[in-house]
Amino acid sequence: MSILVNKDTKVIVQGFTGKEGTFHASQCIEYGTKIVGGVTPGKGGQEHLGQPVFNTVKEAVETTGATVSMIFVPPAFVSDAVMEAADAGIELAVIITEGAPVKDMMYAKAYATKKGMNTIGPNCPGVITAEECKIGIMPGFIFKKGPVGLISKSGTLTYEASNQVVKEGLGITTAVGIGGDPIIGLSYKQLLPMFEADPETEAIVMIGEIGGDLEIQAAEFIKEHISKPVVAFIAGQTAPKGKRMGHAGAIISGGSGTAAEKMAALEAAGVKVVVSPADIGKAVKEVMEK
Amino acid sequence: MNIHEYQAKEIFRQYGVPVPNGQVAFSPDEAVEAARNLGGKLWVVKAQIHAGGRGLGGGVKLAKSLDEVKELADKILGMTLVTHQTGPEGKVVHKIYVEEGADIAKEYYLGMLLDRAAEMPVMMASTEGGMEIEKVAEETPEKIVKVNIDPAIGFQGFHGRELAFGLGLAKEEIGPFIKFAKALYEVYMDKDAEMIEINPLIKTGDGKFLALDAKMGFDDNALGRHPDILQMRDLNEEEPTEIEAKEHGLSYIKLDGNVGCMVNGAGLAMATMDIIKHEGGQPANFLDVGGGANPETVAKGFEIILKDPNVKAIFVNIFGGIVRCDRVANGILEATKITDVNVPVVVRLDGTNAKEAAEILSNAGIKNIIAAEDLADGAKKAVEAAK
Repeated sequence: MSILVNKDTKVIVQGFTGKEGTFHASQCIEYGTKIVGGVTPGKGGQEHLGQPVFNTVKEAVETTGATVSMIFVPPAFVSDAVMEAADAGIELAVIITEGAPVKDMMYAKAYATKKGMNTIGPNCPGVITAEECKIGIMPGFIFKKGPVGLISKSGTLTYEASNQVVKEGLGITTAVGIGGDPIIGLSYKQLLPMFEADPETEAIVMIGEIGGDLEIQAAEFIKEHISKPVVAFIAGQTAPKGKRMGHAGAIISGGSGTAAEKMAALEAAGVKVVVSPADIGKAVKEVMEK
Repeated sequence: MNIHEYQAKEIFRQYGVPVPNGQVAFSPDEAVEAARNLGGKLWVVKAQIHAGGRGLGGGVKLAKSLDEVKELADKILGMTLVTHQTGPEGKVVHKIYVEEGADIAKEYYLGMLLDRAAEMPVMMASTEGGMEIEKVAEETPEKIVKVNIDPAIGFQGFHGRELAFGLGLAKEEIGPFIKFAKALYEVYMDKDAEMIEINPLIKTGDGKFLALDAKMGFDDNALGRHPDILQMRDLNEEEPTEIEAKEHGLSYIKLDGNVGCMVNGAGLAMATMDIIKHEGGQPANFLDVGGGANPETVAKGFEIILKDPNVKAIFVNIFGGIVRCDRVANGILEATKITDVNVPVVVRLDGTNAKEAAEILSNAGIKNIIAAEDLADGAKKAVEAAK
């Protein structure tokens, strides 16, 4: 078991024939992901990476039965692509593209929600179920199979955390990079119950950062609904106020969204919060032995 | 990206958000010319910098004659204005805005930004005009009225009424206020604003609403479709090294410590700063070299970090995913040839091709380079090296 995706998940790629789409789709195929086709308007009928190319998502879904779309289109076209996927009945859109305008995501997410489509990202590494299905840009070899679920706003920090977990002799069920933009799809609050319900997941790691209050919402949720042990790290403890730290959403505004308040809320919810990012793996081992 | 008050007011005018008449000036003579064009007997001379609290810092003054306009313009232009938002070093004033004096009956606050939890914009109004809204929110939160505006339906009358009644406006004031707020919503959405703040919004003696001040910030990701806004960018208001970094695809923010950091990924870059602090050091910067770390970007990264004379050691922390560590290692070697790296460099490379990278670095035998095993080891060694 795992969450969201597994070895049977059928995936299409929007922006399939572009440079990024081609490179990462081929990496996903190599990992074992069932990429069943892709969409590039105007290139319908061609074949790419051994899979059919379609002009529209609707056609791709009808022909292949895909339920998940991995989106690599340029930032200005992201909202269009997400809405097209939702309209075509896709169940989960994984949006890798970085730099989509906030207003566009506001419309796209509202439409996706209306159509019952889940989204992950934008500006994220994607989702991976270890040794089964990789939908995104993460280096697959770091994610060995094991009992730990991982939710993270940051890409490289996801790799770092997984690497530490694996070094402790453990491994990952599913890792979800939720992205660091102001408006994102699935977040801690929606993913935590999925991990709670997944019989293979025994512990959960959540990696947050400054800005917004998703981690605070997560803390409240954990207190009430999560029985599995949770380890958390919040990046940006040393970040100055009012400065955007790389991610569009990583900013402390008006004194709120600080690492300190998020860490305190999580700790109060019974989460094992580590101060040093080097202690994530050790902490997971500790809480699992308890 | 942020813009100046006079630029924000220019945009307001295009959308029918009422503002007093005013003109920007770059010299005392231009200021007098501006005042003469505006007419009247009372003018306000306002320093144009990207920071709040200008009035308290002495950057906003009333003038009752053209001579006084000239005198004040002369004083304010070129001054270093220190406010609670500029930091102790302050900001040099390069331009001023001359505005006609207004008849203020009452001051309010009106602002708009993204409500991340609701995933839609929120408009906020308060009777506490002229005060810092963060302070009002902390001390008297009941004095702030907020309404979320769902873009699917746009700004409706009820949004405006909720705010107007919340402010305790008189019956005849409600119509003009709603018109004002609706126009502001249009500005926010049309221009992909990230934040708009009108503080104060004033009611004049004859019952009109005017934006006496205007602050606007925009979503950087949307600037591509707003060439008019992009033209308003004022490089004087930005940190030169941060601009240079951006031009080379690096994301850099200067801090006060002495351990320079070069990292791939924004989250790991923040975490690297945190662990340096945790190990007893102080990070000198945030630097994300991005997904395409190559010899040139790594070299540029070193160059930018070393512009800060406080830097006594550099911690290179790369977790190779798509970025292969051997390429980064070569980048570091390349960088030491291009740039004179005269401080110890602690290197931690993990992930894709980390072994090959370690060999490349140890074979090169560069004396300044210290290899680290993992994140914690690297942070410890970097903090030690900076002592």
